[in-house]
Amino acid sequence: MQFAIRCQNLVKTYRGKPPVEAVKGLDLEVLPGECFGVLGPNGAGKTTTIEILEGLLAPTSGSVEVLGMSWDTQADAIRQRMGVSLQETQLSERLTVRETMQLFRSFYRSGMTVDEAIELVALSEKANAWVKNLSGGQKQRLAVATSVVGDPDILFLDEPTTGLDPTSRRQLWDIIRSFRERNKTILLTTHYMEEAERLCDRVAIVDSGRIIAIGTPRELISSLGAEHVIEFMTNSDLGSSDDGASFDWLKSLPSVDRIESDHSHHRIIAGEPHAVLPALFAELKQRDLRLANLTTRHASLEDVFVSLTGRHLNEN
Amino acid sequence: MTSNSKPLRSTALMQLTLARLREFYRQPEAVFWVYFFPILMVVALGIAFRNKPVERITVDVVSSEHAQTILDALQKDERIVAAIYAADECQQRLRTGKSDLTVAAEDEKKVGFTLDPTRPGSVLAQDLSNRMIQEAAGRSDPVPTTTSEVTEPGGRYIDFLVPGLLGMGLMGGGLWGVGFAIVDMRIRKLLKRLVATPMKKSQFLLGIMFSRLLFMVPEIILLIAFSWYFFGVQIYGSWLSIGFLVLLGAAEFSGIGLLVASRAKTMESVSGLMNLVMLPMWTLSGIFFSYERFPDIVQPVIKLLPLTPLNDSLRAVMLEGTSLIALWPQLILMFLWGAVTFAVALLVFRWND
Ligand SMILES: Nc1ncnc2c1ncn2[C@@H]1O[C@H](COP(=O)(O)OP(=O)(O)OP(=O)(O)O)[C@@H](O)[C@H]1O
Ligand SMILES: [Mg+2]
Repeated sequence: MQFAIRCQNLVKTYRGKPPVEAVKGLDLEVLPGECFGVLGPNGAGKTTTIEILEGLLAPTSGSVEVLGMSWDTQADAIRQRMGVSLQETQLSERLTVRETMQLFRSFYRSGMTVDEAIELVALSEKANAWVKNLSGGQKQRLAVATSVVGDPDILFLDEPTTGLDPTSRRQLWDIIRSFRERNKTILLTTHYMEEAERLCDRVAIVDSGRIIAIGTPRELISSLGAEHVIEFMTNSDLGSSDDGASFDWLKSLPSVDRIESDHSHHRIIAGEPHAVLPALFAELKQRDLRLANLTTRHASLEDVFVSLTGRHLNEN
Repeated sequence: MTSNSKPLRSTALMQLTLARLREFYRQPEAVFWVYFFPILMVVALGIAFRNKPVERITVDVVSSEHAQTILDALQKDERIVAAIYAADECQQRLRTGKSDLTVAAEDEKKVGFTLDPTRPGSVLAQDLSNRMIQEAAGRSDPVPTTTSEVTEPGGRYIDFLVPGLLGMGLMGGGLWGVGFAIVDMRIRKLLKRLVATPMKKSQFLLGIMFSRLLFMVPEIILLIAFSWYFFGVQIYGSWLSIGFLVLLGAAEFSGIGLLVASRAKTMESVSGLMNLVMLPMWTLSGIFFSYERFPDIVQPVIKLLPLTPLNDSLRAVMLEGTSLIALWPQLILMFLWGAVTFAVALLVFRWND
């Protein structure tokens, strides 16, 4: 088996008036043992894509292979080796955590014990609590536990951390990493670029049903040409109004790759901040401009998305 | 980390059944309605019909000089409630249904009846009043007759009613229980989550059916015990046969419930469908009164409805002690309803959205 997941020219058009082209020709090759992220804004087609890969939705056209098998002929075999967490499932409220896990465990020929799975997602304390009484993060962890209890070779997680606070998110990341360390394949969707960056070996950025960039987070970020972002604001209190003033001179600072200016808010994408900053300070002083809110950071996938689409990932 | 041994308890079918049972018993409101509604029904109807007073027949006598003689004659029968009113008042009372019949003595030897012939009560009242008046005037019957009344258990209305209510409970429980549970799981995307596992779809549906059978047992026992204790309703046939019929009936209606809910996406649509399915059976299948009253031409259709064979065989076993072997056509019909609806449901079931 060369690829854990392979799909070619995947198209999904939802019938209706008007029909919705949710996925418009998508190719994906995920290697065994890889943690692969599908990153994209709301409505990009992430859920549609992942559900086609999970065999829950039929594609309008295109081919899908999971673990070298096809959904048409080996659905049961795939399901025995696949774990799934959907974007929105409400597990039965009046079952306890353990009962829920017993139920899901019973569907698989082999796998972890129920207690191992509960332990894995750190819910042992809540094993006898009703699902109804779990917090949002605990419910998400339980959902992930139901997806790993059959000890799958491939795990599909659709926005596993959406709506969670940073602590719960980190807990889930740890669970996903521990799974990844056992050499299993993971495909997850997210619209948090930070999540994709930290967790995924490779990422596909999806927008309007198409992959607009694919690669390791490093590759994608370095495709920007430079890896640092310097952001700052200029302040015109001193009377030197910068309305209409040109900031083109920023481009000529050393090591600057590209600039984006929006009123008094500026963003410099540069290779080496230590070369840019002294020159920037000197220039500002010379022009009698005041500096405010200066930040420098590594470029992120968010910047990649912005530079590819001109939009922010989480803007509506 | 991996284990392959599977005790019975952790088989999928067992777990699916258990999960449904737990969810049900942890919802006290649902338990209340499922278990106590049929009992409330027995109480209400049982009281309404138990010591049903002899049916009263209201007869008005038009005031005249012979009115009192007629009144005396009528009052010899305890079923008749008679009183004297002015002519126009009598007419008014008859028209508004306050009385069944108006009797007017035109002279000593001539009596006139006024009635609405479409009202069965009126016709009865006329016969009875006529007889009382003739007897008071000295008529003697050429053929003497005697009447004896059936009041012992087994032949009363409540005895007829209880098996019908059992059937109705099995129908309602199967349809509502299964239908709502399924649509609820569909709305919560739980069905979609489950088909992403290697779970066998048939086992899922069977689990729902089995859990239904199990809920039904206490309901039926409660209902039978209650009607026995308070109304003396007895079971002439074997308990085993009743048990078998209850399980078969529950299975039959859970199959139908599965089919009704197989594609519904909202609670509204599934309730509408279930009412549509149950409506003909509530009226036609002999819950509250015998379906023999319907025209001959519809009898074959009535007999094919899913509830009719259940009610018929429950009555036969409970009231007449009939053995199941004699009821084979009904049993086969019920089995077919359950098996065919189950199979069709499995084929057309909507899992993914
Ligand atoms: N069942 C459906 N019928 C019609 N259109 C649909 C259906 N499901 C999704 N869509 C549409 O397809 C497009 C892609 O939806 P999808 O759920 O795949 O996006 P997503 O990337 O998962 O978004 P989100 O981040 O909000 O979960 C959207 O425009 C959506 O409105
Ligand atoms: Mg989605």
